[in-house]
Amino acid sequence: MKRVYDGKKIITGLVLFLAAFTSPFWYNTVFGTFDYVPELKVEKNGKECVKRTSYMKTNHMVLLRFWRDEVVRSGKRIYKKEDGTEIEMSLSGTCLKCHKNKEEFCDRCHGYLGKAPRCWSCHNVPREAKK
Amino acid sequence: MVERLAYAFLFTIFLILVPLIGVGILNLQKVFSIFVPYLAFLIFLFGLVYRVLSWATSPQPFKIPLVAGQQRSLKWIKSSYIESPYTKTGVFLRMLLEIIFFRSLLREEKVETHPKKWLLFTSKKALWLGSIIFHYSLLVIALRHLKLFFEPVPSFVSLLHRADSLFEIFLPTVYITDILALLALLFLFFRRILVRQVMYVSYATDYFALLLIISVILSGALVRYFFRVDLFDVKRFTLGLVSFRPYVPEVVGSAFYVHLFLVSFLFAYFPFSKLIHAGGIFLSPTRNLENTSREKRYINPWNYPVKVRSYEEWEDEFREMMREAGIPVEKEEKES
Repeated sequence: MKRVYDGKKIITGLVLFLAAFTSPFWYNTVFGTFDYVPELKVEKNGKECVKRTSYMKTNHMVLLRFWRDEVVRSGKRIYKKEDGTEIEMSLSGTCLKCHKNKEEFCDRCHGYLGKAPRCWSCHNVPREAKK
Repeated sequence: MVERLAYAFLFTIFLILVPLIGVGILNLQKVFSIFVPYLAFLIFLFGLVYRVLSWATSPQPFKIPLVAGQQRSLKWIKSSYIESPYTKTGVFLRMLLEIIFFRSLLREEKVETHPKKWLLFTSKKALWLGSIIFHYSLLVIALRHLKLFFEPVPSFVSLLHRADSLFEIFLPTVYITDILALLALLFLFFRRILVRQVMYVSYATDYFALLLIISVILSGALVRYFFRVDLFDVKRFTLGLVSFRPYVPEVVGSAFYVHLFLVSFLFAYFPFSKLIHAGGIFLSPTRNLENTSREKRYINPWNYPVKVRSYEEWEDEFREMMREAGIPVEKEEKES
């Protein structure tokens, strides 16, 4: 066994670093939330989403940005879906018709992922979506 | 010297190809999403402990602080408390300023000769600036990723996200630190190519470390801005890793695996490369010792008990002979 010089300081530092560095492993265990997977509520009403789910999961913000630019900058309000039906480009008017409960859909997933999109600093949340 | 650069590039490309082939062609999702990260994490932990302990068990034979200030000596000579510390507080401050502000990099100078044969020293701050921007951006980027590892997300992490996407350019918003880190890294990289003297002292590993981190950031940017992944699935995956209930993400593209593999490689590579300076800075004997080599005796820990013979003992043995030869002795023995 070799002699450790300044062992107290070095090993304290090392232990502190390792404790901080492995914090994800014990934080989730301490809080008991490691197997929490948020459940997202949707009322489909027999309607299809604007695009397929796999696209919406990853790219809904791109679609919303596109909508915003179309509406605000070009004044276009009608969006043609892939199947040809026309819908209004509106977050409160179209999206929230099916995703009625903002808290249990938008916020739940955004909260899980630490996101705080600023849609709602301008947009009103319709009353039935507020709850 | 160019071949060093070529080696670094080739190895980086090889590293990018590994997950592309492994996941894209061989469908080894499980290996690359679970086995590789765990292995890399273990190598990092053990490597780090091994390196730190190997430093801690190396004896420090001399007091060798490298200082840039006046040592404390006579009262009327002004000494430098932090630059040439003689107290523990001084050393602490010196280390703190070095670790937080990279103070020694501020000392870089350009030396030129003036036509009139003067020697001109010009302060250069570019290396310091590039380095501090890079390190702090990387810190913010690393802390931002904690959102994937903590549930609930701590408020400081959310705050960091908001501050980092302050400008709200595009959607998903562009992070300031992504751009800053990339620019700083490119500066550090091209500095090693364009400045002849720096290129001369650059090894393949110097280029490689920079290229590796550049590819980590670029692949991360690809995943965020271009080949977006389902973050919901990614967080299930990362939480699965840290709670030892591995979950293989269902639909994420190869860009994600490239990012994950490069980060894993970075972690595994960290303790055995120049990157370990992050830990080594704390244990640099040229920085963490007081400059008191004249004031206090420093005992070399290698010292073993040496058999010595004092003059008194020697004189005791030869006193008679010395007296006979007329050599003065120190201790007069009583006349017998």
